[in-house]
Amino acid sequence: MSRISHKDTNRLDVAGFTPNLKRRHRVGKFWLGIFRLATLVGIVALATLLFNIADGAFGYVAIENKVDPGTLAVNGVALEDLSEEELTRILKENISAGLFRRLESEKPFSERSQLDIYNLVMERVVQPRVVQQWSLKDSLLHSAAIKAEAARDYPDAKLQFKSWLNKDFLRNPQSAKAEQAGVRTAILGSLWTVGIAILFAFPIGVGGAIYLEEYAGDNAINRIIRTNINNLAGVPSIIYGILGLAILVRALEPLTSGALFGYTDPTTANGRTILSAGLTLGLLILPMVIINAQEAIRAVPNSLRQASFGLGATRWQTVWHHVLPNAMPGILTGTILAISRAMGETAPLVVIGASTFINQDPNGLFSKFTTLPIQIYQWTSRPQDVFRNIAAAAIIVLVMLLLSLNATAIILRNRLSRRLD
Amino acid sequence: MAMRIQTAGSDSPQIINGHYAIEARNLRVYYGNFLAVKNVNLQIPRQKITALIGPSGCGKSTMLRAFNRMNELVPAARTEGEILYNAVNIYDPDIDPVEVRRHIGMVFQKPNPFPKSIYENVAWGARINGYKGNMDELVFEALHQAALWDEVKDKLHQSGLSLSGGQQQRLCIARAIAVKPDIILMDEPASALDPIATLRIEELMKELAKEYTIIVVTHNMQQAARVSDYTAFFSLDERDRAGILIEYGPTKKLFTNPENKITEDYITGRFG
Repeated sequence: MSRISHKDTNRLDVAGFTPNLKRRHRVGKFWLGIFRLATLVGIVALATLLFNIADGAFGYVAIENKVDPGTLAVNGVALEDLSEEELTRILKENISAGLFRRLESEKPFSERSQLDIYNLVMERVVQPRVVQQWSLKDSLLHSAAIKAEAARDYPDAKLQFKSWLNKDFLRNPQSAKAEQAGVRTAILGSLWTVGIAILFAFPIGVGGAIYLEEYAGDNAINRIIRTNINNLAGVPSIIYGILGLAILVRALEPLTSGALFGYTDPTTANGRTILSAGLTLGLLILPMVIINAQEAIRAVPNSLRQASFGLGATRWQTVWHHVLPNAMPGILTGTILAISRAMGETAPLVVIGASTFINQDPNGLFSKFTTLPIQIYQWTSRPQDVFRNIAAAAIIVLVMLLLSLNATAIILRNRLSRRLD
Repeated sequence: MAMRIQTAGSDSPQIINGHYAIEARNLRVYYGNFLAVKNVNLQIPRQKITALIGPSGCGKSTMLRAFNRMNELVPAARTEGEILYNAVNIYDPDIDPVEVRRHIGMVFQKPNPFPKSIYENVAWGARINGYKGNMDELVFEALHQAALWDEVKDKLHQSGLSLSGGQQQRLCIARAIAVKPDIILMDEPASALDPIATLRIEELMKELAKEYTIIVVTHNMQQAARVSDYTAFFSLDERDRAGILIEYGPTKKLFTNPENKITEDYITGRFG
């Protein structure tokens, strides 16, 4: 007879052993429940976040035009299809002569593109204005009530379902009017600053990690350095902002403003440039890059180093040919995290002086700048409701940008690690 | 620094050093304050297989690594005494350990091919050491000598890690001989392999001994008896737990007629 029968532990009783199988299974189930709950909380939090963003970024809007674009059509050709000359004429007829001269002096109309002039006509003549907007939830669930409300309160307005995230939003620079505001300046600013941060932090971080792991001995000074790098990774980002302000913006102003290189743009405010911002973010992510690179280098099996040394390789040949290629996937993973961190940082950039309102694309290291998180922060703090909608759309842009950067890095990493097997 | 280590082909060291390939004189190796190997004097003959045997922790691996200064990769390791190779003390401050390791190669316990192609595994060592000849020929020769050529000739550009354990170890041997060393140190080269792969490695060692001097550490006394020409038996000094050389001589004599009581106890399986 088998001594083990189903769900019956008594038969296995041996002196000194208390039957506890049921209790052990119960404890296991309890913890499994806890783990499921933890995962669920995470998923719910994430779903709420996504819903909140989408709730603001899409929905019905009531738009009132000061001038109906239909009345501006010439010979049945719609406004957006008119030629530069005709659009210029419409603009000239509908705005004051002073304003027209000012626009002309900013950039002659003969040099402006059709799209540019069309946007001017929309902005100055048609002047569409969002008079009321509704959230995505209401738009989906109570569309009949919204239509009734719009017909009652805004008889002149056109009700339409609007995605605040659209082609114009990505293409337009910042504007004081939410309807015309876009994130092009902010996207470019984010890419510039994060690019500089990575160019600064990656070589220095990996170099430092190589020294600490492969060359530096295990003495008191090196241990202090290692501990402090770990501490630096936990320093609040605003501290880095203060550091950047004191050193990069103030002390190194001739360098960061470009004055040293003969770059004198009157619109550039002292050292509050893309270069300062990028280097500040670079300092901020440097400890992260070093720590992750150290981990990755430590994970390279020692047997590879020994094999290399055993063949008469120098330490540098061992590092360059074996340690670094094998550590690279791990180093890149750390860099991906660092990119995400730099992309989302707001506080240090506020401190070093990001521009809250610029509509000029950054065109070099010494431009003024704004970034996506700065733009979102600035829009959400405006009193008008409609800015909350474009902030939501900008958050989607930021998340998309992060995802695509991360995806690129992951593909790169996978390609590297496949080559090694 | 002029290169003071000469290859076996040059005449003078042969005369000075007689028939010894390498010789330890009063060697002591410390790890921090711990003395791991104490006062070892050992002469390794040319083109023979010398086995280092002994119980765990007796310092035979430390001894082996002392022969090409691999111990220095361990922080806090320190070596006293001399190792003479071609009449030069390789621990002389003027001697570059990188140069030593090129002449005295090493095969490790666990097969550790580089995560590169089979071809690259063999070619890499030669290339970084400045080999300018025909690389294809060198790779062929090394793989052929390591008895691996027939098995890999159609997949030279596949990863070295795609091979079986025994093949990987032979690849590591091919990699070691591709830099044209004098002496090959083997640290329990077959302990991670199955019996058939072990046998092939042993055959290969005998074949290689026609051209190279081989020093092998092994836990397996039958293996020492089967492959080696000379055997050095190490044990622990009971007083300070340091490794000492108990007995050294031709393998046949050591296994059939040991001079020392401890050696006899060990080879008859009474301890170890």
